[in-house]
Amino acid sequence: MNAPAGLDLPDPPRERLVVIGNGMAGCRAVEEMLERDAGRFDIVIFGAEPRVNYNRIMLSPVLAGEKTFDEIVINSTEWYAENGIELVSGDPVEHIERESMSVVSRSGRIEPYDKLLIATGSDPFIIPIPGNDLPGVVTFRDLDDVERMLAAAELGGDAVVIGGGLLGLEAAHGLSLRGMKVTVVHLMPTLMERQLDEAAGYLLRQELESRGHTILTGANTKTIHSIEGRVAGIELEDGTRIKADIVVVAAGIKPSIGLAKAAGLECERGIMVDDHMVTSDPDILAVGECVQHRGLCYGLVAPLWEMCRALADYLTDTPSGYLGSVTSTKLKVSGIDLFSAGDFSGGADCEDIVMRDASRGVYKRVVVKGNRVVGAVLYGDTADGNWYFDLLKKEEDISEIREALIFGQAFASGGALADPNAAVAALSDDAEICGCNGVSKGRVVQCIETGAHSLDAVRSQCKASASCGSCSCLVESLLALTLGGKVESGPKTMCKCTSFTHDDVRHLILEKGLKLIPQVMQELHWTTPDGCSSCRPALNYYLLCAWPGEYEDDEKSRFVNERLHANIQKDGTYSVVPRFFGGITNPKELRAIADVVEKYDAPMVKVTGGQRLDIFGVKKEDLPAVWADLNAAGMVSGHAYGKALRTVKTCVGSEWCRFGTQDSTGLGVKLERLTWGSYMPHKFKMAVSGCPRNCAEATIKDFGVICVDSGYELHVGGNGGIHLRGTDLLCKVETEEEAMETCIAFIQLYREDGHYLERTAPWIVRKGLEWIKAQLFDDPGAIPALAARFRLSQTFWQVDPWARRAAGAHRNLHSHLAEIRPLAVENA
Amino acid sequence: MSEAYGTWLDIGTTTQIEPGSARTLPVAGGDEIAVFHTMRGEFYALVNTCPHKQGPLSQGIVHGDSVSCPLHNWRISLRTGEALGDDQGCTPTIPLKIDSGRLFLLREAVIPGKAPPLAPALAA
Repeated sequence: MNAPAGLDLPDPPRERLVVIGNGMAGCRAVEEMLERDAGRFDIVIFGAEPRVNYNRIMLSPVLAGEKTFDEIVINSTEWYAENGIELVSGDPVEHIERESMSVVSRSGRIEPYDKLLIATGSDPFIIPIPGNDLPGVVTFRDLDDVERMLAAAELGGDAVVIGGGLLGLEAAHGLSLRGMKVTVVHLMPTLMERQLDEAAGYLLRQELESRGHTILTGANTKTIHSIEGRVAGIELEDGTRIKADIVVVAAGIKPSIGLAKAAGLECERGIMVDDHMVTSDPDILAVGECVQHRGLCYGLVAPLWEMCRALADYLTDTPSGYLGSVTSTKLKVSGIDLFSAGDFSGGADCEDIVMRDASRGVYKRVVVKGNRVVGAVLYGDTADGNWYFDLLKKEEDISEIREALIFGQAFASGGALADPNAAVAALSDDAEICGCNGVSKGRVVQCIETGAHSLDAVRSQCKASASCGSCSCLVESLLALTLGGKVESGPKTMCKCTSFTHDDVRHLILEKGLKLIPQVMQELHWTTPDGCSSCRPALNYYLLCAWPGEYEDDEKSRFVNERLHANIQKDGTYSVVPRFFGGITNPKELRAIADVVEKYDAPMVKVTGGQRLDIFGVKKEDLPAVWADLNAAGMVSGHAYGKALRTVKTCVGSEWCRFGTQDSTGLGVKLERLTWGSYMPHKFKMAVSGCPRNCAEATIKDFGVICVDSGYELHVGGNGGIHLRGTDLLCKVETEEEAMETCIAFIQLYREDGHYLERTAPWIVRKGLEWIKAQLFDDPGAIPALAARFRLSQTFWQVDPWARRAAGAHRNLHSHLAEIRPLAVENA
Repeated sequence: MSEAYGTWLDIGTTTQIEPGSARTLPVAGGDEIAVFHTMRGEFYALVNTCPHKQGPLSQGIVHGDSVSCPLHNWRISLRTGEALGDDQGCTPTIPLKIDSGRLFLLREAVIPGKAPPLAPALAA
């Protein structure tokens, strides 16, 4: 601010904007304003809660333990500071003095305003019955309520939730996940009757009951009982008594209009506002759940965003006007897909189009009026929710696609839109992409066009998909559509079930301390109920690598070869490879193999490329016995089926060979004894050649050693498979010990960084040899640290899977469920 | 015992198949039936051969309501037996019902050609 001399006048005083309410509406209005004209106002925000602005609609996941408070903060303390906003938290405004244009807070603070914004939201509706003020009776409105519920849940016991609406059911879900036995008491005959029709309500009820909730509909609570001054239970009109250690009242909300009313502003159910969100006092504006606009009060988040935009446009002299909102709802209860939008109460001139698929638990109903969609209820399959909602908002004529309307967008559009990108392309610009942050398609596209070329960039710039993440796929489609081939997708997503990359997933598993596959899927917003055959094995490996000793291997997520510790062949039989350490065997082992071949009628034995013997044609039922016999001769599983250390190929080396410079066989045996049993992103092969003639072909192995006179050349990243690749020289070492230590450090680096099913060759191409070298050699502590982590993992994983199975573990996998003997049936 | 007279065969309890896995059932003629239990708790029965190269579907990874064949990763719908995605083919499904925690397969589907004699007698 170095103004030229003579012009050094003070800035003209800015107008003062006072905001009552630090919630989603109040803060969003301020954000919208800052975006348009950051210098326009001096801003003071009063919040009744002693904390920063957070995403209230995400309180349910917090209660359910799916998110932490930090994760639902919208604007941190820094945001207020950076934008020069004064936040007065925990000190609610008690009066509005319209005469003197100021507000007075509980602590007596007087704040003058030029413009006042009321965003007081709504209050929970407290049912007027005896006992409603007892300790242990809570509402579900803010973080304090959540904390009260969590404290109650810690003691376990019974919870009663009064109210079977959106909020009540989310509270019930959370409390039940926290270990409480939950009864939901609902006045109306149908759960969520404002959003659902009877059929969908029924499916929802069934699902909740199957999760152990007790649901009482048509139940009117008469009294809340207490014992020693604390809540003990409730009594219904019909005399039914239900025990309760906590009673959650979630019977609805009402606009919080006390302050406005006392200040003489015009109010009905809510504070009356015009299309620019101006109240009956031109200097006082109001947004959010506390207002009544064109006769309507809203209790959902999407309308807030639209109101805030209109308000900011008005305050920054570009009035746009708010025309009211059509709303849609989703239930944030994990595993229940439920979507509702518009009006589905039906009527004489309405036609219902309904589809039910009982076996899938799917119910869809679209209400059509004069060739326009006016309402939709989807249960069990909500994929087309956005599409119906879009048709509804745009009031599109659907007469041409009416026949196929109920089957969803892909069908209705003649199959061409089975491509998800095309489906997203068909959405209008004002279609909502991110419900959590109220971001429209137009906004996302604008954001992409102005430089956000990756999912992360979009997330940070316009917040789309930055909260719950369930719209990540939509954002990715928009990226693809807007940029064509230029999307900086970076590495691809792990699979179609997630928008995260392999690296993201590995990183988040560690960062969030995720220790179970379902937990990863939940926390990282998997879009499928239980993943697919690509992500499940990958997640299983990542967890196994991240938490040695803690993570319990998930057999269901392993490919059959690893599940049965043998290779499946084209006829459904298996082949079995015992380990020959370093390629060495003896008469006892050979005899045992010969016996197994005879005893189990194995049609073939073959020498593998890695100097082992492969016994073919073993039946699944016989595997445990085969393993037992091989174990008895001292052999262990060769892991020839695993994403694991396979073989260490050797030549004879200095012991026999006239060219051998070192004991390559001995080193091979040592390396294999050190590393067998370790699981990796992909199969891993090693070789040790005794001289540069390289008889063991060490230069096409994942890790190869070439013995030379002066020591050992260590080679990495070779691959003799489909894409032949020779190794890169990693380094040269002098002793066997160094060679072995470097080997396991390299393996561990690969284990911790490689993508599942990525062999070392593409991994090294992706990361660069220099990166690998830097990781290993830049810091003298790196190799010991990596090696130590490898050894730790080996203490848990260097076990022979055959021995456990031969001893009877997982016997199920090898035996039939039952035998059906036609004769017995006929004779019965 | 009474079920053996009817059209449904009792093949065991639902608890014998872990969620997310399958077990097999040999039937007359050397075929096998695979009985699946999905992670969502649904049960399905299919002939245990992939329409592609006859891979044993029971050994595949079960996800959602489909299974990926262990041989070439074809994805087969457990509901319809149809190959999903770009692949074409279908594996016969076997009608299955659950009653009081026990699994029953439709007799005619399991033992072809041996069905009716007993059933009408029972109905009469």
